[in-house]
Amino acid sequence: MTGPNGLPATIFDKIWMNHLIESREDGQDLIYIDRHYIHDVTAPAFELLRQRSLAPRSPHLIFGTPDHYVPTHSREMTAINHPERRAMIDALMSDAASAGITVFPLGDRRQGIVHVVGPEQGLSLPGATIVCADSHTSTHGALGALAFGIGATEVGHVLATQSLWQKKPLNMRIRVEGQLPEGITAKDLILAVIAQIGVAGARGHAVEYAGPGIEALSMESRLTLCNMTIEAGGRVGFIAPDDTTFDYLAGRPYAPKGAEWDAAVAAWRELRSDPDAVFDREVTIDANVLAPMVTWGTTPEDALPITGVVPDPSTLADPEQRAAMAKSLAYMGLEPGTRLDGIAVDRVFIGSCTNGRIEDLRLAAHIVAGRQVASGVSAWVVPGSGLVKAQAEAEGLDRIFLKAGFEWRHPGCSMCLATNGDAVAPGERCASTSNRNFVGRQGPGARTHLMNPAMAAAAAVTGRLTDVRRLVEGH
Amino acid sequence: MQPLRTLTSVALPWPAVNCDTDQIIPARYLQKPRADNFGHYLFADLRFNGNGNEIDTFLLNRPPFRHARIIVTGRNFGCGSSREHAVWALYDYGFRAVVAPSLGDIFANNCLKNGLVPVLLPEPVVHDLLDRIARDPDLELGIDLLAERIRLPDGTEHAFPIDPFAKECLVNGVDELGYTLSRADAITAFEQRHGMA
Ligand code: SF4
Repeated sequence: MTGPNGLPATIFDKIWMNHLIESREDGQDLIYIDRHYIHDVTAPAFELLRQRSLAPRSPHLIFGTPDHYVPTHSREMTAINHPERRAMIDALMSDAASAGITVFPLGDRRQGIVHVVGPEQGLSLPGATIVCADSHTSTHGALGALAFGIGATEVGHVLATQSLWQKKPLNMRIRVEGQLPEGITAKDLILAVIAQIGVAGARGHAVEYAGPGIEALSMESRLTLCNMTIEAGGRVGFIAPDDTTFDYLAGRPYAPKGAEWDAAVAAWRELRSDPDAVFDREVTIDANVLAPMVTWGTTPEDALPITGVVPDPSTLADPEQRAAMAKSLAYMGLEPGTRLDGIAVDRVFIGSCTNGRIEDLRLAAHIVAGRQVASGVSAWVVPGSGLVKAQAEAEGLDRIFLKAGFEWRHPGCSMCLATNGDAVAPGERCASTSNRNFVGRQGPGARTHLMNPAMAAAAAVTGRLTDVRRLVEGH
Repeated sequence: MQPLRTLTSVALPWPAVNCDTDQIIPARYLQKPRADNFGHYLFADLRFNGNGNEIDTFLLNRPPFRHARIIVTGRNFGCGSSREHAVWALYDYGFRAVVAPSLGDIFANNCLKNGLVPVLLPEPVVHDLLDRIARDPDLELGIDLLAERIRLPDGTEHAFPIDPFAKECLVNGVDELGYTLSRADAITAFEQRHGMA
């Protein structure tokens, strides 16, 4: 399969063309949307719809689950003592019920963070267009889908028309050569990518991740990688579907079955960028040389290997950059030159749509097993979905965490952005597996260091940012 | 969303680079109903101290910037979270234009849908504007959306690019949903072609 006029095309071009309803003179394309996820921050979009006396056009293509406002210490709605938060979940439930939209509600084993639930249920499929009122919708690109976050007005537009006007982004490819060394994860890879290209490095581009270092990744690692594309400014990040993708999807509740499955896989195998397709931008990363990464500042590009030291603003020539770094370090309470390995933490958060899947919990549990959470440290595990939680419990991971002194919570977004009340206190330092270390992200005054789940586990048991490789036998 | 053709106002200088939407409106206000005036939550953690009192060193709390309707800012403004609340906060406060070298992709789309005009100018021009405002806080910028130009009192003019359809929507104060609804036949035809209907 090639693009229009027989010209070589990228996967992105092909999926876009397959969904093009019509183009407008100004270069905007009306794109058909196959799958629309909603959650408990979608209420304003339904309100917009009601104001115009409109109803969702294709409720069967929409799926929802509450995640941002759910309590993680209980499964009871009554446990939410904040009326506005409860109202957000109530609104999702009633908006969905009145439109006939399927929702995995609080208390259902399938409930969880929408970006964990979609792939897990087999709802996110290769070649599909997927939107959600959440910037981390890029996650679903791991399955070979064209998935991106949209704003509330756009959600209203998709609800009413099952389509969206968009200007087609440019094509970018990030090639990962070599293989991730033992103990280095997709989280380290994406933090290294963002550190290299910057938080605006992929702005205006749809990013295809390719190369041997990507092909070797598990599906869960691919989800972690695509999830953080938005932290490099790209709305869309995806990977060509292959056997890893098909093995992951086979037998999932909403994935095609029987002859439909066979036909789907045959079509999905064709979804590749043509060998001579042209990318507007190409970046290459050598996976072989990567080390565990941690952030030291207040944007995801402020990342360094754990073996590094807190950078020194005075070495920067540009006064604007110098001031920005100094401000960021003041917020983080860090002195230039301090070794990252050894910085004391107060909190550990293992969870989020970036690292709240079973593979992540296994990695963390492996480090925690036989160790104790350091005194004075509060450490949490918040599984990404009810099914992840159940799987972890079946494998005994919950007991490893509990025995070590972790809290084992119910699924939700939780401390990733603290809207449900799970917050890091002002001035506290948190080792977090989430995706944003913005000022105030985990609560006003909270200091966030992003890292992979094994690194977060290492921080929990030592009470400090720690090179996890030291805790693993054979290193 | 009110129609907008021209606008003259002092401008809030906000030179930050990569200012994310979490800074524009912290996540804890996402649960507020849209009927609220989101202007109260704009830059909340920078504008107010823990007791809810204004921090007087924050420029938005000072004359003449308190009444600014234009913000002049650094690269990649509005990156991060897709929250449209960031645009609502700026709009409800009274802002009608964002002058910047570049904007976060989702934020830029959200601006157009809510009557906030994105005025994209080359970085040196934005820096020059910031310098001029630093020298003269009362400097009034004039934005002429129809002519796609920004004008300074001394006669300096800069053209800025804006998508024609988006411009039409901004000028008339309408969003594109009405237009798309009129294209329902094309959507249905697409569904039939693809065996979805
Ligand atoms: S886990 Fe965090 S980043 Fe992911 S959807 Fe929830 S709040 Fe957003």
